[in-house]
Parts: sequence; C-alpha cells; structure tokens
Amino acid sequence: MKQTPLTARHRAMGAKMVEYAGFEMPVQYTGLVEEHLTVRSSVGIFDLTHMGEFEVTGPGALDTVNRLGSNDASQLKVGEIQYTCLTNERGGIIDDILAYRTEQGFLLVVNAANTAKDYAWIEQNLQPGTELVDRSGEVTLIAIQGPKSPPLVEEVLGVSVAELRNYTFMEPEYKGVKVLLSRTGYTGEDGFELYFPNAFAEELWDAFLAQGEKYGVKPVGLGARDTLRLEARMPLYGNDIDEDTTPLEAGLGRFVKLHKEFTGRDVLLKQKEEGLQRKLVAFTMLDRGIPRQGYPLLSLDGEEIGAVTSGTHSPSLGYPIGMGYVRIDLAKPDTEIRVQIRNKLARAKIIKGRFLA
Amino acid sequence: MSEKLLYTKEHEWVLVKGSVVRVGISDYAQNELGDIVFVDLPSVGDVVEEGEGFAVLESVKAVSDVYAPVSGRIVAVNEALEDSPELINESPLDKGWIAEIELDDAAQVGDLMNEQEYAEYLKGV
Repeated sequence: MKQTPLTARHRAMGAKMVEYAGFEMPVQYTGLVEEHLTVRSSVGIFDLTHMGEFEVTGPGALDTVNRLGSNDASQLKVGEIQYTCLTNERGGIIDDILAYRTEQGFLLVVNAANTAKDYAWIEQNLQPGTELVDRSGEVTLIAIQGPKSPPLVEEVLGVSVAELRNYTFMEPEYKGVKVLLSRTGYTGEDGFELYFPNAFAEELWDAFLAQGEKYGVKPVGLGARDTLRLEARMPLYGNDIDEDTTPLEAGLGRFVKLHKEFTGRDVLLKQKEEGLQRKLVAFTMLDRGIPRQGYPLLSLDGEEIGAVTSGTHSPSLGYPIGMGYVRIDLAKPDTEIRVQIRNKLARAKIIKGRFLA
Repeated sequence: MSEKLLYTKEHEWVLVKGSVVRVGISDYAQNELGDIVFVDLPSVGDVVEEGEGFAVLESVKAVSDVYAPVSGRIVAVNEALEDSPELINESPLDKGWIAEIELDDAAQVGDLMNEQEYAEYLKGV
C-alpha cells in the first residue's frame, strides 16, 4: 500500500486508516460528524496527496486537453481552472478532472483511483508537440476548506487571497519554493487546495494545525469528505459517474461544449438531440431509512427505475439524502419515488438543486 | 432474580434475566461503528435464529447487522432508539439496549464469554 508524506502524522493523531485507491489514507480522526461540521462552521484540513497530477506541456498541450475533455480549455487564461470530463468514444466518463492553465500548458488533477488509467489514455492521445509528465509522486496536496480558510491560508502562506477568485490559482513562494494555491474544493464551502513539494508536507501540515488552532481547525478524513461533497451534490467518480454514464446524464451539461471536437462528442450531441433516457437526481426521504449505493429505486407502481449511486445521513441537515439515476419521465423535482431499503420500500422525493441551502 | 452479563465474539452483550435476555452492542463495537444515526429494529413477536441478523445499525458511513446471539422470540424492542439512535453511543450497555429475546433453550447462553473473557478477547482483536 502506498503512503503519503503525511501518513505518519495521521497515525500519530490516532486516525483510523483505510486503503483507498492503493493508498493508506485517514478515513476519520476524531469522528466523521464532528469533522464534517467543523468544515461547515470553521475550517478543516485534508491530506489529498493520493490524487494524481499530470503536467501537459508544449505547443500541442491545448489541442491535447481540448480533444480529451468535454469542456472548452481554449477559454482558459493562465491562472484559471476548469472542471472537465475525459470522455470515451461512447460519451462515458473516463474521469472528471480539474485542468489548471499554466504558462507552459496545463496541470491536470485526476482522481486517485484513475491515475494510471488516465495517464495511459492521455499518453495514447497526445497531439504532436506535447509532453506528458506524471508529478503525482512528487506533489503533496492539502485542502483547506471552510469559512475560516481564507484568513488561515493568508496567515500560513503570508499572502492575500482577496483577489483570488473561485477556480483560479496563484503561485506564492514558501521558503523560496513556488507552491500552487487554488480557490477550489470538494466540500461546497469556500476553500483552497495547495500543491507543493513533498519535502514541505509535515512542516506545512503542522503550520496549518498550529495557526488554525484559534479557528478550531481540525484534520478531516475521507469519510467527511464524502458527506461534504454529497451535501453539495457533487458527483463522486466510481459512485455517481463512470465509463457507462455520460456527463449529460449526470447533470454536468454545463461542462460539455458541443461546438468543439472531443472524444465522444457525436454520441453526446445525439444524446442531447434525442433526449436522455435517464438522469442523475438528488432526493430526500419521506419515510425512515438511509439510502445506500446500489439500493434499487422504484416508481410508485413498483417498477424498477434506477439505483442509488450515493447516499448517507447528512450530518449538516440531520436527515438522509441520496443521489441516483432514474428513468427520465420520473426525474422531475418533487416526483415521489421509492427506495428499496432491505425488505422495505421507503418513499423518497426528488429535489431541485443542492441539499444545502 | 440474578442477572449475568455475557458477550459474543460479534461484540454484542447479552444480559440474562431468567428465560429472557436483553441484547445490545459493546462499548468497543459502538466506538468502532462511530456515530449511530439510524436503527432498524425488529418487531415484537419476530422469531430469530442464533447468528441471523435481527437489527441494523447505521452510522453515517456504514450499515452493520446485529446478529442474534441466541435463538428465540423478540419480546421487547427499545423504541427510544428510533428517535435517539445516539443512545447506543452514549450508553451502549444501558439506555442503548436493542431488544429482548425470550430464549428457546436456556442452555444456549452457556458458551458466551463473561466480562473478563471478553476483555481478554478484545486484546486479540
């Protein structure tokens, strides 16, 4: 099992460690709910070093990224970031990634479980004059998330983030070394992600914890990361999206630019013209019970119309929430459906927008 | 009537009160599960077989079966858990009890562990 430069820190703090995407990662430190609520109310820090980072550079970099991703990378200025889906020939999602526009080309940040697959796919599809380098093993990634993250980041790095808009990044120096700081995250809160050489991992981790004490900072594990993103209705690769679901079905249409050429575009264009057969929806429960991945979704007539892809008890809201694909005629907000929870059928209602206000 | 507290290898406790046993999960188990947010209780009158899942505890992250430590009939359930599942975390051995089972055969509890044996068992977990 691979470790991150912070594994020893997690163990020393008493974290419960689990295997995730081949890495030994903290799933929780003191408790999932407490960690979750800390991010909503103040600030939490996450070790996300398991994520993959690729540099795509050279004169062919833009063409390469634009042909692989559903979003339009040509719209990015240096310092801007875009969410995009790598799509296959069937329009399915190989991965959902962030593309950072740099002076030299792009930094692509990919899901940990997909690092090897993505690398091979991108390598096979490099346009002439493009270089691909995997930096995953050299880069530590820490996320600082929550309403108190701006002052904490400013204090630790000695920078102002007042001008750092969402989905943009800056490259301040830390002890003479350039680090990458972006206003991005996967929690639904204001927050930052910080990429830097492994050598500074423990030092920066400790600095965020020490400086953040006055804000009540806590380290946050992958357990709360999952509940935070689900409350914000953000899809998780492998649960809500995969190679057999398209970005249109997943409600990611705003990241699909059909006016340009990319893998699977024709399929998606056709899907858009003909209409979707199914759609990823969010729902809350009307009866008792927690929806979980894989539970069948049924119509009121008892017909199977899909399945739950993510579900949990929302720590912020105090009630169960879920997402899943349902047949298109039953995908409208306020539609009542049923979730099969063990041997019971529990009523649920499709909602519009995020779970959190 | 004398009561005696026994444990299973699945980290349930069994409080024997004559022919009826009260069942819950151990402090170790509640700690492993984390914050319990939902409890699916059996119904009074249900017949359960030893080793069969008869209740479900859910934390935010996970779904866990509670296995019947004995065979018998459910004669009481802790309905307070429906609205306050956190009682299992706060008071696993008392207010967080799950159900009472009337034993088919009083000899069934003979092979369960006493507190001291369970403490030894935990060292090897």
